[in-house]
This record gives sequence, structure tokens and C-alpha cells, in this order.
Amino acid sequence: MTQPEREGEPARAEGPAAAKLSPAARRNGGNGRLADGLGWFSLALGGAEVAVPALVARNIGVPNTPENRLLLRVLGAREIASGLGILGRDRQAPWVWSRVAGDAMDLVLLGLALGSATSKRRQLGVATAAVAGVAALDVVAGKRQARHDASRAGFEHVTRSMTVNKPPAEVYGFWRNLENLPRFMKHLRSVTVTGPDRSHWVVQGPAGRSVEWDAEIVEERPGEFLAWRSLPGSQVDHSGWVSFRPAPGGRGTEVSLRLAYHPPAGRLGSAVAWLFGREPEQQLREDVRRFKQVIETGEIARSDASRGLLGMRRAQPGTAQPYPAFERGEER
Amino acid sequence: MKATRWQGKQHLAVEEVPDPAIMNPRDAIVRITSTAICGSDLHLYNGFIPSMRKGDILGHEFMGEVEEVGPEVRGLRAGDRVVVPFPIACGACLQCQRGLFSLCENSNPNAWMAEKLWGFSPAGIFGYSHMLGGYAGGQAEFARVPYADVNHVKVPDSLADEQVLFLSDILPTGYMAAENCGISPGDTVAVWGCGPVGQFAILSAYLLGAGRVIAIDRFPYRLEMAHDHGKADVLNYEEVDVHEALKEMTGGRGPDSCIDAVGMEGHTPGPVGAYDRVKQAAMLETDRPVALRQAILACRGGGTISVAGVYGGFIDKFPMGAIVNRSLTIKSGQTHVQRYMRPLLQRIERGEIDPTFIITHTMRLEDAPAGYDVFLNKEDECVKVVLKP
Repeated sequence: MTQPEREGEPARAEGPAAAKLSPAARRNGGNGRLADGLGWFSLALGGAEVAVPALVARNIGVPNTPENRLLLRVLGAREIASGLGILGRDRQAPWVWSRVAGDAMDLVLLGLALGSATSKRRQLGVATAAVAGVAALDVVAGKRQARHDASRAGFEHVTRSMTVNKPPAEVYGFWRNLENLPRFMKHLRSVTVTGPDRSHWVVQGPAGRSVEWDAEIVEERPGEFLAWRSLPGSQVDHSGWVSFRPAPGGRGTEVSLRLAYHPPAGRLGSAVAWLFGREPEQQLREDVRRFKQVIETGEIARSDASRGLLGMRRAQPGTAQPYPAFERGEER
Repeated sequence: MKATRWQGKQHLAVEEVPDPAIMNPRDAIVRITSTAICGSDLHLYNGFIPSMRKGDILGHEFMGEVEEVGPEVRGLRAGDRVVVPFPIACGACLQCQRGLFSLCENSNPNAWMAEKLWGFSPAGIFGYSHMLGGYAGGQAEFARVPYADVNHVKVPDSLADEQVLFLSDILPTGYMAAENCGISPGDTVAVWGCGPVGQFAILSAYLLGAGRVIAIDRFPYRLEMAHDHGKADVLNYEEVDVHEALKEMTGGRGPDSCIDAVGMEGHTPGPVGAYDRVKQAAMLETDRPVALRQAILACRGGGTISVAGVYGGFIDKFPMGAIVNRSLTIKSGQTHVQRYMRPLLQRIERGEIDPTFIITHTMRLEDAPAGYDVFLNKEDECVKVVLKP
């Protein structure tokens, strides 16, 4: 019953591993470690400058005067701001660049200090070299992070599973007709089958913009597994698979759905980001839940409040609830 | 149509709202002829159930005449007279097929909210917060019933509304509370709370073979009903130490099983009651489990505590040690009404049960806000309010 090992499948082992990463690393899928390291470096250096400016002054070789201690404290506050920005924000690139600007400022100040008669030149030279080295790292991280931020409008490899009370063959049959997908996948406006393995997908973005691409089925094991991906050169790099395993004791079918979206940077990317919000995992769970509802009961559960009827208001907007695309989808 | 709408804590209004419409193929629209206020509605009224919104339509005990059915509804048609069970069940998922209808996996469109509080979501419930689906309730002129082929019991014209209305909730709830006790012939069963569910639990315990039922409350008129109609021995917890009294009445052993028909807004005199009221008011615990704690401590070793009262969230000072060290069993659940409504209807038809004795007030739907107040404040010896749209 187990499937051959393939990239990213089965999905069950990924939860704990993902949980071990820092929030920033999790956001970045682990790609932001250099940026994270620089963030922590900023916090440490800034903390030292604010807390013990006299010690820092002695170590870099500038006179321990009240003016220099004040200056170091100000620089320390700047470092802390950069560090918090890098570690705490979704988009890290601007904060890494703020470090580069800070490095430039530090180098100018160190240059001025080198010209001063009261400075210790050897220590200052070491400090200047260190700052220059860190600045180089900052530039590398900033460039890398900018590329990463731009591609982060999508997400990769989110999997959700649910057991449905139908045999695998029937569940598979429903999925194999990809035109059924928009019945329960909220972000899809339509899927049109255009050939034995080809289909045309349309999602509706904000302000009436639609995003479209062609996809093909890349692997198919009837009753067990189905994988598809967008054709090379599509606007959106999308892939997904769904697996069907008989649940223990003959209690239906365990359905696992995995999706990945890599939209390009820019407005198209933000349209796809808008579709999935900040928690694609929850969106996907709702998709699978609706699939279960459709295949078990023939309909999607709706209440008066979930439709805003009878004067009843919708529940507080949650990650999984009100998206215009869903409302349009429901009308079908 | 007119509907009873929640406006905020202890504030209701009967207002004009649009009529419900068929939204899904298995829906039916029912024109409501009788509906009732449930003790658990008071938890909503008092603002203890999270995820209520202004304008929500209340009511989960209702019956009436089918007005319209969707294209996929089988075995039901316009004109049929039906009672509607309060949990909404699809009939197709594994839980429904196991008979655990109040755990239906499909009927709560807001399952994600319930999952945040309870881990997994139970079935949706009519008129019982957004966390349980945001379904419009039945204290109104009409209601939309999803999966109508599963969520109804047809009732014959020979029976009055009052005889069958409580098949929607409280009669099956009292019955399941007794059934969960696993009563052996001759057992002693103690019941905390002599409201409608408690009264039906007393009646059901005897039907299932109990030798003696001891009922606990603080309102003399409710104890009188439990004694005179239910044939229960009674204890007023404001007058006696319940734990000691139960011990004495059972030869020092304790009742074989204990039913909590009180739930999250229990009262008790003295510092323990004050402790829970303060903690609940300060949002440090969501529920006041005074009856549950007493029931656990009073139950004989190896006995069963059956919880029919509604709890919403988290409780404090839960005597886990007593459960472990004295081999106690706790059973609970929202009632799987669909499992009980037909057998209980047969008992009503055969004259074995007449549930009408609990009705103390019949009012017009427009008077629902007054009905809630009378019921909440136990004015005018109120036990059960039936509303007529």
C-alpha cells in the first residue's frame, strides 16, 4: 500500500521538522539562514553598544568620551532595529539592506576616527576591516533575500489529509475528472480538460484579474495516485498530487492532497498570494474538507450565516472563510 | 418571517427577517408550529457560549409542517408533519453510520472554528453559535433543514405537538443520559438538576431498570415535580450536604451512577460556588462545574458519571484523582437524537411516556424575550416554555 519514495512524498514526516525551524526560517523555507544570522549579529552588537559603550569604545580603539559613548548607543539602537526587522518580518530584504546602509555609516565614522590623533590606529584598523567584511556579507544576503522575497508570494509543498467514507476507486474517479476540482477548491474558477492529459486552469485574482495556465497530468496510477503540473513557460509554476490509500479496517479512503504554487514576482504573484492568504495550510484543509462533503453528501455544507442570509452575519473572518472566489464558486 | 434574534448578553428581539430558502439539494423548509426554549439556550442568552453574533436566530427544539423540499430529498414531501432533531447530521459519514449523529463530520461549515477549541469539530447545531455552524435556529416561523432526509421524524396527526415536540432534544437527551449510565436492574441513580432534561433522565432511568432515583435541585417546585411525577427521592442542596445525604441514603456506598443535568452554569452555596462565579466572570474558566465535581465525588467506586449538561470549554479543580483511584467512568456527548427519536416516538404512541408534564408555559413567538426571562429567573414555577409562531 505504501507508495514508492519520491520527492516530498509521503508527507507525514514533515510536520515536526518544520516545527524546529525559527519563524523566519520557516517563512523562508530555510533559505534565510544567512539573513537570520546577520539579524542575530545585529542584536548582539547593538546590545553591547547600548549596554556597555565604554567597553566597545576601548575594543575598537576610540577614546572613551561621553560623546563617543552617546554615539555608540545611537548606533547600537540602529543595529537592534535592523536585527528585529530581519528576524521579525515577513519580508527580510529591506532590513538586510538597512544593515548595508548602517555598515556604510560605520565605515565613514571609523574613517573619521582613523584621522583623529586620540585614536588607537591598530585597533581601529582591525575594527574597520571587520566592518568591511560584514558589509560584504550583508550585500550578499540582501541580494539573495530580495530574490527570495520576490518569489515568496507562493508556497511549496503544503499537504493536508482527510478520510472519506467511500472506496478508493470511486474517490479517484471523481478526482480524475479535473473539471470537478473547482467544486471544492476555493481558489479555482475553472478547470477545462483540453486533452487526455492536458487541462486549462483559471484562478480569479483580486479586482477581477484572472490568472490562467495549462497543466498536464505527469503521473497516474488509477485508484491510487494522480500528479499534475503546469506546462513549462506558464505564468504560474503550479504542481500538485493527490494520493488515495484504503483506510485501515475498510473505513473508506485516506485522501492526501499536496499543492505547490510558485508565481512570478510582481502583480501576478500578489494575485496568487491574495488567493491563499497567510495560511495556505488552512486553505488546503478546507479544500479537502469540502471535497469530503461533496463526495459523501453530494453537497457543500452551508448555513444561513455562512452565506450572510436571514440577517445573520458571517462568522468573524478567519483564515479559511470568506474569499470572493469561494462565493463565486458556490454559485455554480 | 418573524424570528428570535440574539442581540447580546440577555438581550433578544423578535424581528422580521427574510424567509429561509432551499440552498442545497437535500434541504427542506419547515413551517414551524411549535418550538421551545432549551436550558442550553440560556447559556447563549447569558453570553457563555463563544462565537455568537448580533442578529443570530436562536432555537434548536422545533417541529412543524414541511413547506418545500429540495430535489434530492427522499422520503419526505410538502405537507408532512415532522419533528427536527437539534444536531444536523448528513447520514453518510462514518460517524453518522456508527450512529454518532452529533459527531457528523460534514455538517459544520465552520468546523475550523470548533477545531481550534475542541481539537475536532462535532456536528452543526441549529441556532447554536457560529462555531457550531451558524445555522439559523427554529424560534421562528420557518427554518431551513439541511440533509432533510436524515434530519426529521414524521409524527402522526393523532399526537399533539406538545406530545412529540421534545423528541427534538430534551427527551432523547434525558434518555441518553440514563442509557450512558449502563444501569443494571435495581441500581440507584442520582440526578443533578431537575429541569426538563433532569426530569426526563429520571423517567428514563426507571424505564431502563433503576431501582431508585435521587434527584437534586434547589427549587422546591422542581423537586416536587421530580418527586410527584418522577417518583424520585429528592434532595435540596441548599438545605443539606448532598455528599453526606447521598452516602446515608445509599448505606454508605454512594449512587451506582450519577447524571449531571446541570452543565456549565451550576450553582452551589458557600465558598466553592463563589470561587467558580468569580473565575468564570474573570474568564479564567469558561464553565462552573459544581454539579460535575459533586457527582464525581459522590459516585460509588466503579460507577459511571453521565454528563448531559452542556460544557463549553475549560474547567477548574477537576477531581481527576477520584476518577483514577476509584475506577470511575465518565460518559458524555451531545445527544445523537437521530438514534433515539423513532424508538421514543413509539413509546409515546404506546402511552409509555407522556412528555407534556414538564410544560408550564405556552407563549406566542413574539413573547420569546419574556419567555427567556421567566425561564432564566425560574419565575412563576417555570420548567418549560413552548412558543407558538
